[in-house]
Amino acid sequence: MAPMKLYGATVSWNVTRCVVALEEAGAEYQIVPIDFATAEHKSPDHLARNPFGQVPAFQDGDLHLWESRAICKYVARKHKPDLLREGNLKESAMMEVCLEVEANQYTAALNPILYQCLVSPMFGGTTDQKVVEENLEKLKKVLEVYEARLAKHKYLAGDFLSLADLNHVSVTLCLLATPHASVFDAYPHVKAWWDGLMARPSVQKVAALMKPSA
Amino acid sequence: MATPAVKVYGWAISPFVSRALLALEEAGVDYELVPMSRQAGDHRRPEHLARNPFEKVPVLEDGDLTLFESRAIARHVLRKHKPELLGTAGNLEQAALVDVWLEVEAHQLSPLAIAIVVECIFTPFLGRERNQAVVDENVEKLKKVLEVYEARLSQSKYLAGDFLSLADLSHFTIMHCFMATEYATLVEALPHVSAWWESLAARPATKKVAEFMPVGTAGAPQK
Repeated sequence: MAPMKLYGATVSWNVTRCVVALEEAGAEYQIVPIDFATAEHKSPDHLARNPFGQVPAFQDGDLHLWESRAICKYVARKHKPDLLREGNLKESAMMEVCLEVEANQYTAALNPILYQCLVSPMFGGTTDQKVVEENLEKLKKVLEVYEARLAKHKYLAGDFLSLADLNHVSVTLCLLATPHASVFDAYPHVKAWWDGLMARPSVQKVAALMKPSA
Repeated sequence: MATPAVKVYGWAISPFVSRALLALEEAGVDYELVPMSRQAGDHRRPEHLARNPFEKVPVLEDGDLTLFESRAIARHVLRKHKPELLGTAGNLEQAALVDVWLEVEAHQLSPLAIAIVVECIFTPFLGRERNQAVVDENVEKLKKVLEVYEARLSQSKYLAGDFLSLADLSHFTIMHCFMATEYATLVEALPHVSAWWESLAARPATKKVAEFMPVGTAGAPQK
């Protein structure tokens, strides 16, 4: 069976979101780098994989997928369905809520911070501290909610590790490369949850792969 | 008459609240909409925070389950009552394509459509003037996104394939608002996107939900 292919660069937290899922699922995969500097992401070959000209893109046999969270779900469903709990209405419902919260609340606040602190300097731009501060405040509100949740449950969706926890890893690893990693310190249950994730072999492997700093 | 076991909290004119209502309508589930007032700040009251600590609507109560995030609510409702709208059971490829186009709706199309809708329809309620520069910027991006939809829908009847799915339905409420703006022409200019939109809008469930969102063609919500 041919390994799954993940197209993109490991500096992208959307690409590495998928690497976490692939590692946790124990899937055979290879990363095929896409070179933004030569606009490879806008080439006809890549547009055939991802019509929005973005990364990641993914291939498993004849199946072509894009959008990191859709890729992660497919990989989990195929190789480690326990991460999704789709056979259990209550557990899968909570998992879906937490997946949405990761995208719409947590990562929505983190993305601008990571862009300002890590990406902008990479292209010779400056860091807009106002944007960073505004989004740190939003992130803190999210972390307050997570703190209350993780005081009651070991993981976000309940007492089971799910894709919802794993989808947080890549952006959080990037946060560690900014001056704002200490934002977690005020939330002991969130910190314990994160330390638990960091100890997983899959997360250690992805941390080694990522080169998020300027 | 028995009280429905399912309750949705929120204001139905919100395309997010109505996304949840559409899933319930499509699934044929009895529900009660518990109206809330955005102006009165009902979403920030302690009783609502106990349901959704993120202060947002909709919230769905189904027995002892309390859920939020409209797309998570929709998935749960369909998984429970109409799972074929998430793809045929056991078909990994179909399920994956539903997920892809749900993500596309959430991250590629909706942010642009919402920005246009806010400027064109909701600014009077936000106490400010329309920002035409914001509209123009988002219209240009939306044109490019819709080209991708046009290419896709010229290959299959619906977004995930030749079967209707949550991926299609998840577009309805935001597009219903968008189609009430003068930029509906962007959709009308594309034959396959236009036909797909017409078929979605013709469904009994979407017609019913459209009545909850009286955005009208004059551009302002009608009471």
